[in-house]
Amino acid sequence: MTTVLDPTGELRPETRERVARPESLDGLTVGLLDISKPRGNVFLDRVEERLTGLGAKVKRFSKPTFTKPAPVDLRHEIAISCDAVIEALAD
Amino acid sequence: MPGYGRAMSESTAPPLPDGLVAIVKRDCPTCVLVAPVLVDLAARGHLTVITQDDPEFPAKASWVIHDHDLAFSWHHDIETVPTLLRADNGVPIETTVGWSRDDWEALSGIEGLGPDLPDWRPGCGSLSVDPNRTDELAVRFSGSKLTSRRVEIAALEDDWEAMFDRGWSDGMPVVPPTEARVLRMLEGTSRAPDDIVAVVPPDLVACTVEKVAINAVMAGCKPEYLPVVITALEAACTDEFNMHGLLATTMPVGPILIVNGPIRHEIGMNSGLNLLGQGNRANSTIGRALQLVIRNVGGGKPGGIDRATQGSPSKIGLCFAEDEEGSAWDSFAQARGFDPAASTVTIFPGEGPRLLFDQKSRSPESLTKHFAQMLRTNASPRMLMQFETVIVMSPEHMNRYRDAGWDRARFLDELTGHLMIDGASVIAGAGGIEEGMPEFVAEMQLPKFPPDGIHVVHGGSHAGLFSSAISGWVTGDIGSVTVTKEIVR
Repeated sequence: MTTVLDPTGELRPETRERVARPESLDGLTVGLLDISKPRGNVFLDRVEERLTGLGAKVKRFSKPTFTKPAPVDLRHEIAISCDAVIEALAD
Repeated sequence: MPGYGRAMSESTAPPLPDGLVAIVKRDCPTCVLVAPVLVDLAARGHLTVITQDDPEFPAKASWVIHDHDLAFSWHHDIETVPTLLRADNGVPIETTVGWSRDDWEALSGIEGLGPDLPDWRPGCGSLSVDPNRTDELAVRFSGSKLTSRRVEIAALEDDWEAMFDRGWSDGMPVVPPTEARVLRMLEGTSRAPDDIVAVVPPDLVACTVEKVAINAVMAGCKPEYLPVVITALEAACTDEFNMHGLLATTMPVGPILIVNGPIRHEIGMNSGLNLLGQGNRANSTIGRALQLVIRNVGGGKPGGIDRATQGSPSKIGLCFAEDEEGSAWDSFAQARGFDPAASTVTIFPGEGPRLLFDQKSRSPESLTKHFAQMLRTNASPRMLMQFETVIVMSPEHMNRYRDAGWDRARFLDELTGHLMIDGASVIAGAGGIEEGMPEFVAEMQLPKFPPDGIHVVHGGSHAGLFSSAISGWVTGDIGSVTVTKEIVR
């Protein structure tokens, strides 16, 4: 870990703020990211059923391997095509 | 690295025991050589030994203090071991380094020390100046002087990518501003880290020396450049220079820095071949550091307050020095009223440089007329008295004036004479062009440039009949006034 000194005027918080939590999932697109651990798909299938029942649209994504961070392109695709994302950790 | 972190740490120095004190380390042959002398002096009740490495060197005894965190050595500026000193009220009043029987006898007042030893042996480097430790020591003893928020970059993040992600970069990589690097940068100035340099637009944030140092690290500056960056920021944030307006304008202009005086050589600036181009660290990073301060501290970013339609490479950071020694004239800073012994930085609101081409003029008259023709297009040939220019005159062009004995005043006088424009030719609508000066100037002869609006700086390599001109932004009260400040270190 590297510690650096903030070069800014420090008018903004150090951590990036999260996107506000949606009031309802109705009509929103929810991304489901399978990290490619075995049987994660089983869990996500069930999550998809429940989300669809709440009126959400679901898009499925998966990482090439669970051992490495999601590729930039994949993260970007999720960011531009979804309103919310659920990452499934399964084992 | 003698002097490292010193100015800031004196107030917290642990007091030395009064009387004779020797600072030693076992990993030094001279210290080992003088160990019997140390034991002898201690036995006479005269000595405290401060050992840097082995806590039982030269003996396991109450008169041996282990400088485990090197606080004594660091704060009392010990550069060599052994150092023998006499302390009074916790500070050294007399010091000798290495082993010299004469000096040790004189300092201790005891004759016949180490009779079996050679008369003299040089010492070794103190652990507190070991290059592998100085960064860590600077942070340990001086880091608390830094008040900026610490930002931790997680182990899985790439340092360089993390800084891009946080919006701290102008688009090129920035050096991670760690505490050690920032402390090292602050060694470049005598000013305290918490001194306020300027209130930086557009967010109007009071900017400390420390914040300037952080951004100077990121830009790639060396510590000796810091005084130039600090002074440039002071100049940029004056009411006259109007940095906010320069940011906000849709014109492609940035703060351009011109350095004069002895500091040019001391920090290795380029005033010769390719002075406006790449390849010299000081030229390339000083202007960038200023722009990073405007961006990060002031909050001035493209798309925010910075509204340049197309921008310009000069907005990345353009900084160069004048070749004063090779010029036939007084220096640019002298022409602006400064002493030649002073180091100064001038800030000019300008576009990128453009070529002034003349390979055939052999007389100053011909060259001056040609310069005048080319300079008519500054901003637009139809705009008069609103925009200044900086001519960066090359040595070969300067030779025309040197040979003919023209000084700066003669050149400016002749050039201005060739730049009197017939108002009717440039009013709006003349020649079927809608852009132009207002109708009322139709009967007037007007100068192209405002008074004192032509600046001449000498620089470049000795081969090439090419000079440059840098067109300015709107001058005067509605725009930016060129500002020169003396650099205080």
